[in-house]
Amino acid sequence: MSAEQIHSGLFALFAIIACGAAIAVVMSQNIVRMAFWLVMSLGATAGLFFLLDADFVGATQLLVYVGGTVVLLIFGVMLTASGPYIRIRMSPAEGVLAGGIGILFLAMVYSTVGAVNWENVSSAASPSGLGAGVSEGFNASSQGNTTRPLGLAFIGLRPDRDLGADIHSPLSTGYLLPFEIVSVHLLVVLIGAAYLARAKRRSDTVEE
Amino acid sequence: MEVGLNHYLFVGAVMFVTGVICMASKRNGIGVLMGVELVLNGANVNFVAFARYTALGLDGHVIAMFVIVLAAAEAAVALAIALNFYNNHLTIDVDRGDELRG
Amino acid sequence: MAVTLAASNLAEYFESIDGISSGWALVLAAIVHVALLGAFFGLPAGIFIWTERKVSGRIQDRLGPTRTGGRFGWLQSLADGVKLIQKEDLAPQASDQMLFRLAPYIVVIASFMAFIMLPFADGWVAVSLDVGLFLILAILSLEVLGVILAGYSSGSKWALFGSMREAAQMVSYEIPMAICVLIPVVAAGSLNLGDIAQMQSGGIQNWLIFNDPFTFVGFFAYFTCATASCKRAPFDLAEAESELVAGFLTEYSGMRWSFFFLAEYASMFIVCGVAAILFLGGWHIGIPGLDPLNLGSSSAAMYFANLIGMVVFIAKASLLVFVQIWVRWTLPRLRIDQVMTTCLKYLVPISCFLFLGAICWPLMVSILDLPSLGRKPIAERLHESSVTSLDSAFEAGPDGRVVPPHENVNASDPIIAANQDREAINR
Repeated sequence: MSAEQIHSGLFALFAIIACGAAIAVVMSQNIVRMAFWLVMSLGATAGLFFLLDADFVGATQLLVYVGGTVVLLIFGVMLTASGPYIRIRMSPAEGVLAGGIGILFLAMVYSTVGAVNWENVSSAASPSGLGAGVSEGFNASSQGNTTRPLGLAFIGLRPDRDLGADIHSPLSTGYLLPFEIVSVHLLVVLIGAAYLARAKRRSDTVEE
Repeated sequence: MEVGLNHYLFVGAVMFVTGVICMASKRNGIGVLMGVELVLNGANVNFVAFARYTALGLDGHVIAMFVIVLAAAEAAVALAIALNFYNNHLTIDVDRGDELRG
Repeated sequence: MAVTLAASNLAEYFESIDGISSGWALVLAAIVHVALLGAFFGLPAGIFIWTERKVSGRIQDRLGPTRTGGRFGWLQSLADGVKLIQKEDLAPQASDQMLFRLAPYIVVIASFMAFIMLPFADGWVAVSLDVGLFLILAILSLEVLGVILAGYSSGSKWALFGSMREAAQMVSYEIPMAICVLIPVVAAGSLNLGDIAQMQSGGIQNWLIFNDPFTFVGFFAYFTCATASCKRAPFDLAEAESELVAGFLTEYSGMRWSFFFLAEYASMFIVCGVAAILFLGGWHIGIPGLDPLNLGSSSAAMYFANLIGMVVFIAKASLLVFVQIWVRWTLPRLRIDQVMTTCLKYLVPISCFLFLGAICWPLMVSILDLPSLGRKPIAERLHESSVTSLDSAFEAGPDGRVVPPHENVNASDPIIAANQDREAINR
């Protein structure tokens, strides 16, 4: 057994959990169970990120996506569920239709994706600064310690691009402006969501 | 079997498709929201896989971070809307939100 | 990646033995790590439960457990465990069976996984990651999920109330806790717990809690938030026995019930361990002359030094756990609105202010020309201790200079420097 086989085994484990739980989200009728399967799927995706040497993205996935978003969702479920274990069903015919369309759609997407030889495409799109070659990709000390490069990219420095680059090529810009925009965007969203969701007197003209 | 880019892309495709089906078939508003999360997550798998296996590099990680942050923001706003909808209609069945139908 | 790191040192050792391929070496190393961490997960929980009963007894002028296993009731936790295993595993009829049975496992897995990133001594960590601290916070935040699912799936309104309170409390206390964690991180300049602990070697003045006034206050803010996020009294609204029967635990029995307690005590140990590493010098004794690094540089001496370091670290963390127990049996419980007010109106602004202050502190030091108390600049210390400095983050740095760990970490250096400083001032 080699390290590659362990990688393959872990990939199979996480991929099966991620895909199976994603399908279970669609199949299950109970909204809290849907949320539970969503957590499983997102958590297994974090595992896939770790396998892909993206440790910071994986940790963020766990903290923000799984920890934050899903807790938010469950709160929503709790606040809006009128009875215990609320179910809003869809008819079996609709289910079969959805399944059929889903399989067709998946076949289409995957045949399209699989038809491309990604190594050629990425060599064509490869930026001039990265002289390392095509299939190597990003290898920060090959152990997935991406925290510092990511942080530097967010403050506008790209040592992974610029260190080995041709001296006449322009420096990379990093992601300072998008980062600032997103942070302001988050603040706006926070205030907006708090405003929208604040406790109000329920309107008296409810039809139901 | 060596795991390569295409395997990760397949996982991403499965999550994307299940997300789309979830959005289309669920009548529960929060179920629709979960579908959106799955779609974004499938896209994220692709970004990080491309970052690892092609010359996309660190950019893929950065974009994945932005997607995660924006998904959190989207969930917060959508949930606030769902709560408002529930306050007005006493249900989160999205088929009931049809007052504006002509 | 996780596997190769999980065992990098141990795996190399296994690989050096004949007849073990690299993959099996990884698996073996992972098994050893999991077994060790499993012991660390179970053992402190048992000891802390016994401590809790003993301390609570003494505080209430009782004796606590006295008979099981001899004089002090040492074996009380074991007896409890045996009793709980024997109990019937019930699931109420109104419950959502699948989620009800899974919820305890989610809680246990969440708090067990956090141990993977917790270093016990220099290099004695299952996975040494640059994002270690971030990952610990992320994984601990998953615990709330199990609590919510437990409360919801019980099909009991007490459990649902308890878990909703619990979730609200844990989610809101995560914000000031994360900001408080960032205060020493800003001062240290690293997210790797091993690096942060290693740079606090030497005298007690090197501990980050004494680094500046903001980290000093930050420690107490962190400890308050950590107590609350472990759902300990005076913030134990979820299990408020007087109002909610037993909160989200109401419908649980037997082993599943005890899983929640195992996880609670284990996560107490984790948050206290993180506090010990971030603020209290990790595995360093704090007296330069007694630092075990002085023992020498042979591998046996290093091993022994690490063993002492681990004992010191566990002692520090256990002391903090003891304070949590002490607080629990001393202070009355807060009301739910008071809990939320404490968090949102006091702790969040305080932690934000401390965070800003910690960012501005280096500026203040350079402008006001404050005394260094014999401390080397943080950046220098980090560079000495760091195994993952900026240079090594990009394989070969601009000048190819990667300082190996432990070089120049001479414990007596700061004191000599301090004396020289004082002499200079006296003249």
